[in-house]
Amino acid sequence: MTKHTPILAASIAAALSLAATGMAAADDMAQERCYGVSMAGANDCAAGPGTSCAGTSTIDYQGNAWTLVPAGTCATMELPADGMGHARMGATAEQLEAGGYGAGIKRDLPPTLASEIADTYMPTMM
Amino acid sequence: MISSPDFRLPAAPGLSFKPEHFAQAVQAKTALFFEVHAENYMGAGGAPHAMLERLHAEHALSIHGVGLSIGGAGPLDPDHLKRLRGLLDRHQPESFSEHLAWSSHGADWLNDLLPLPYTDETLTTICAHIDQAQTALGRRLLLENPATYVTFADSTWPEADFLREIAHRTGCGLLLDVNNVFVSATNHRTDPRAYLAAFPLELVGEIHLAGHEAEALPDGPLLIDSHSRPVADPVWTLYAEVLARTGPLPSLVEWDNDVPGFDTLLAEAARAETLLTEARHAHAA
Amino acid sequence: MHTPPDHATTQARLHAALWSPQTPQGLGEAQALDRRFAVYRNNVQHGLSRALAARFPVIERLVGPDFFAATARVFAAQHPPQTPVLLDWGDSFPDFLATFPPAQSLPYLPDVARLEWLRGEAYHAADAARADPSALATVDPARLRLTLAPSVRAYAAQHPAVSLWHQNQPGARPAPLPKGPQYALIARTPGFAVTVDPLARDQHTILTNLLSGQPFARAATTDPTPLLALLIRHQLIAQIGETP
Repeated sequence: MTKHTPILAASIAAALSLAATGMAAADDMAQERCYGVSMAGANDCAAGPGTSCAGTSTIDYQGNAWTLVPAGTCATMELPADGMGHARMGATAEQLEAGGYGAGIKRDLPPTLASEIADTYMPTMM
Repeated sequence: MISSPDFRLPAAPGLSFKPEHFAQAVQAKTALFFEVHAENYMGAGGAPHAMLERLHAEHALSIHGVGLSIGGAGPLDPDHLKRLRGLLDRHQPESFSEHLAWSSHGADWLNDLLPLPYTDETLTTICAHIDQAQTALGRRLLLENPATYVTFADSTWPEADFLREIAHRTGCGLLLDVNNVFVSATNHRTDPRAYLAAFPLELVGEIHLAGHEAEALPDGPLLIDSHSRPVADPVWTLYAEVLARTGPLPSLVEWDNDVPGFDTLLAEAARAETLLTEARHAHAA
Repeated sequence: MHTPPDHATTQARLHAALWSPQTPQGLGEAQALDRRFAVYRNNVQHGLSRALAARFPVIERLVGPDFFAATARVFAAQHPPQTPVLLDWGDSFPDFLATFPPAQSLPYLPDVARLEWLRGEAYHAADAARADPSALATVDPARLRLTLAPSVRAYAAQHPAVSLWHQNQPGARPAPLPKGPQYALIARTPGFAVTVDPLARDQHTILTNLLSGQPFARAATTDPTPLLALLIRHQLIAQIGETP
């Protein structure tokens, strides 16, 4: 401990002076606004969800979900070619079909399709 | 207007508070109150509570619960009552209100205000829930009439009478959502004026106004209480008719989806203020 | 004579119908009952889906809104909120993504989701006092004990999720990602900004040690200067104390 102490004291002094003079660009990126509602210091997308006492006429998804593949910016993320390169690709419709994910969920499904989805995804719900 | 130390909102326009409007809301010079949903302020600390404290230093505050599930068959969640009590003690709002609806099933929370039949059984259940809530919270609450898309074959009470009976049995006040009256009446092909004629306006502690959207059904429109648009003209008309009977009341314009800039909200508040001023003059005369 | 169902039965029927395409029995007569009841079904499912998107905006951006909405509906059905406090909902979403077959092609999603979850925790964490950092210079380092702000989180990811998160922020451009693992300090500053600061692995170890309550001298298994500077700069030290 006694040998350790002067090193720690030096570290504390260094940290105080680093913090006082502002730090390197390494964490400047962290200051950027994230996606979501944002206003200097007052809000941040980390706020997360709000409740609603209103209804909605938006139906957010009506398609056949599991013929979908991830189709956002994941397609532009360049992962290192170390065996994770496949992660850039979404699953193909065929892969999903083979995995039993060929059906979608929407609010006005025919009953047979809905029970098929329930069996696949929602065993606890029915 | 109902008179109680538990309901201290001014008879002025109010707006839903959205964090993106924080700076403008704090600085607003107009006589305004603000309303927030209780459940969005149940984190331990940070910006939400700091904003609410700052806002409340300038304007009256209404806390509006959406999670108590007063209309549910099961017991109220004692943990949620404790959270609500903590929030009300922390921020000391001028009013607390909740809904004639259910939103929990067992432990699952559904994030929507769901409908119920109006029967002697549900009346008893709801009154017990309100008694329990008012005791746990140490104050009276305002109960809001819902916007509904279906009715129930077994309902035996008209909604306005049901609310009157709840208020008489529990001592709670009522929150009259005029847009909900219009939405429900349109959807059920009934007359909103008949509903308002039957409504116990003397028990009202706050008005809600909001915009709705319309879909088409084979026999007419289906209105959706979306809070995503300006208040519709027929709703302003019904509101003016209510004020003519009651005099000025705290009147909130709700806008929860597709929230516009603060100026648009202020314009809605100004429209309410015009009608409130007329009601003030008419009642002074 | 018709005996009406009790309220618990009615509610159970409605609840079941919210998660199936069947319109429940017992509704009042009206045209197009299916479409009327579907409003409630849509409110519940769309509302929960949007709530999840508000908590995991980078996940939504990575997979796209359609895939996210479809995933959110399955998650909401399997893991519905257990309280009305939506800001507490979603802690099991990262683990759900790890085993959800349609998301298996993006193995980094659970790590990114964990980062977003911790940001939300930091945003809502309890407020705390701020210690004057100059007191650090007056305390015997061998006996120094730091109490960090309740918002401070130590984050570790197997995949380069810190870079993925940063590259999906406004104004950021995609660039080749480094190899994982990655580490970060996630916390809320006194100005209410939630920061994600990359950490070297040894600094993450020190932070984890500090958060577990170890005295500074024991926690600092390597030179703690970078971490300490970050904690001072973001004003994340709640208390500077000495062990007896």
